[in-house]
Amino acid sequence: MKQFTYTITDPLGIHARPAGLLAKVAKGFGDTVVTVTKDGTTVKASQLMKLMGLGVKQGNVVTVAAEGPAEEEAIAAVEEFFRTNL
Amino acid sequence: MILMQGKGVSKGVAHGPIYFFRRAEAVSARAQNADPETEKQRIAAAQEQAIAQLEQLAEKAREEAGDEAAVLFETHAMFVEDEDYVDCMMTALDERHCSAEEAVELAGKEFAAMLAAMDDAYMQARAADIQDVTRRIVNNLMGVAEGGIESDVPVILAADDLAPSETLQLDKSKILGFITQGGSGNSHTAILARTMGIPAICGLGESLSAEMNGRDAYIDGDTGQVAIEPDEITLGAFQAKFETQREMKELMEAMKGQKDVTLDGRDMMLYCNIGSPEDVAAVQANDGQGIGLFRSEFLYLAASDYPSEEEQFRAYKAVASAMGGKRVVIRTLDIGADKQVDYFKLQKEENPALGVRAIRICLNRPEVFRTQLRALYRASAYGKVAIMFPMITSVWEVKECKRACQKVMAELDKEGVPYRRDTEIGVMIETPASIFVAEELAREVDFFSVGTNDLTQYTLACDRQANDLGKFFDPHHPAVLRALKMAADAAHKAGIWIGICGELGADLEMLETFLAIGIDELSVAPTAVLPLRAKIRKSIAKTCTLERLES
Repeated sequence: MKQFTYTITDPLGIHARPAGLLAKVAKGFGDTVVTVTKDGTTVKASQLMKLMGLGVKQGNVVTVAAEGPAEEEAIAAVEEFFRTNL
Repeated sequence: MILMQGKGVSKGVAHGPIYFFRRAEAVSARAQNADPETEKQRIAAAQEQAIAQLEQLAEKAREEAGDEAAVLFETHAMFVEDEDYVDCMMTALDERHCSAEEAVELAGKEFAAMLAAMDDAYMQARAADIQDVTRRIVNNLMGVAEGGIESDVPVILAADDLAPSETLQLDKSKILGFITQGGSGNSHTAILARTMGIPAICGLGESLSAEMNGRDAYIDGDTGQVAIEPDEITLGAFQAKFETQREMKELMEAMKGQKDVTLDGRDMMLYCNIGSPEDVAAVQANDGQGIGLFRSEFLYLAASDYPSEEEQFRAYKAVASAMGGKRVVIRTLDIGADKQVDYFKLQKEENPALGVRAIRICLNRPEVFRTQLRALYRASAYGKVAIMFPMITSVWEVKECKRACQKVMAELDKEGVPYRRDTEIGVMIETPASIFVAEELAREVDFFSVGTNDLTQYTLACDRQANDLGKFFDPHHPAVLRALKMAADAAHKAGIWIGICGELGADLEMLETFLAIGIDELSVAPTAVLPLRAKIRKSIAKTCTLERLES
């Protein structure tokens, strides 16, 4: 498993637009599962509504993990996504 | 041939198939013991259809407004397939043996409630997105088209009557005319039809039935006649009118670019009434010289929660900048009475027309008012915005409105946000009280605009929504016209201008009376501009008389 932690800088947090884009990115690695954890609650990055339901705001710290055959590429792509969009 | 007689409330002749408006609000098919597998297949098909629709919408948005605009629809498409959302539907089918419609609604409610319960205004607002997606899937399941019209060709829209929020959602490019069972000349369907310049006939009653769906019809908004599959003679008469209508249109084209001035040199400001930014196209097409009434209600009626300052600002700015330097009078929210919005949580009233509506809501809820005023002042930097307050009865109300404006201007000063300090402020004259205190009101504001529908309603004690008050609801009543004269005299004494933004303004028969009274501005449906211009240019203001004011 690969993971990183990230502090959200977007003023709106993980809102609908980036959540939707993130779900799209995370779905692109076949059987590799990408998850987002905040305060002990973990959801798959592909679970759009649940991801929004985490209520991740600016300044919150999240742990993002990838597990599966393509975890290297997945974590790199997702980390890049967080840095650019969140 | 079937002939029906109703009341013509918007002029013109139209020909096309009848389409009966269907509502999808209540899930009618509450199947008991439905087969989960069959229902799952139905959901899958409805989802697939929803995604195709959303992709098309995203594509359209991308072409018209760029990538940012498309993302909303792409996100909606992802909602449709969200695994938890779909799981929730499947569980409902397996456990409750309910219909697909019910399962989708259940899932929608659950996830909308999850977002609505969050401690975050932004996420709470996203509950509306989930509801939107849910409604789309349910509509697909029930075979109800978006915008209420599933037809490749334009239709004559038939309905019992249409609510303001329903008329907003209609795809207007597909409507040739309206025919309704109920309604009156002042109902929203009638006003919409006149704005669009298409015929409308109301009050057809039971003779108009859903079985007529799809049948070929001619309608005549001048006479109130509807002919379904007409015989040769009737057809001939309709076609002759059709032809005259076309010739008339050509004549009107010649009026474009001409000045609104009488033969003896009296200028009239000929403006338009609009209900949303998209109506600006009609204003420009008909050469309107400004906007005398921009109803801001569409922002509130089309939403499921209070529209944000940004949202409002964008709409006002769009209109102000599209109109260049021309005046755009924006009326602050006029909710209440016949226009109800759930999230305002207004108490049920015995007499809503006499209740907490329009400016009364604003003065009771300073936050709602402040948001709108901020958006209006911010938009003032992009054109010539004027702010107008509806339903004024007292001078203190105007003073309070002006204090609210001052406060907003001070805030914007502090934030360094640009706006125009000389933004005009005006009031609507639509209550008898405002007539009696018109001189004092005139000293407080930059202009008056008379709402003749409400002025008639309140002066004559006639409910404008009532179907059967016909001859009693008379905007030509001397009492209404004398009220108009009193307001005009008060305005001119104070050196301000006075306009009419009610339906009466477009009444060609009344133009001479308005010129005699000294009305400075007429704000009418865009389609009424050119006929009115033709008449103004043939009039001599000096010779117009006040004889209609005598009873």
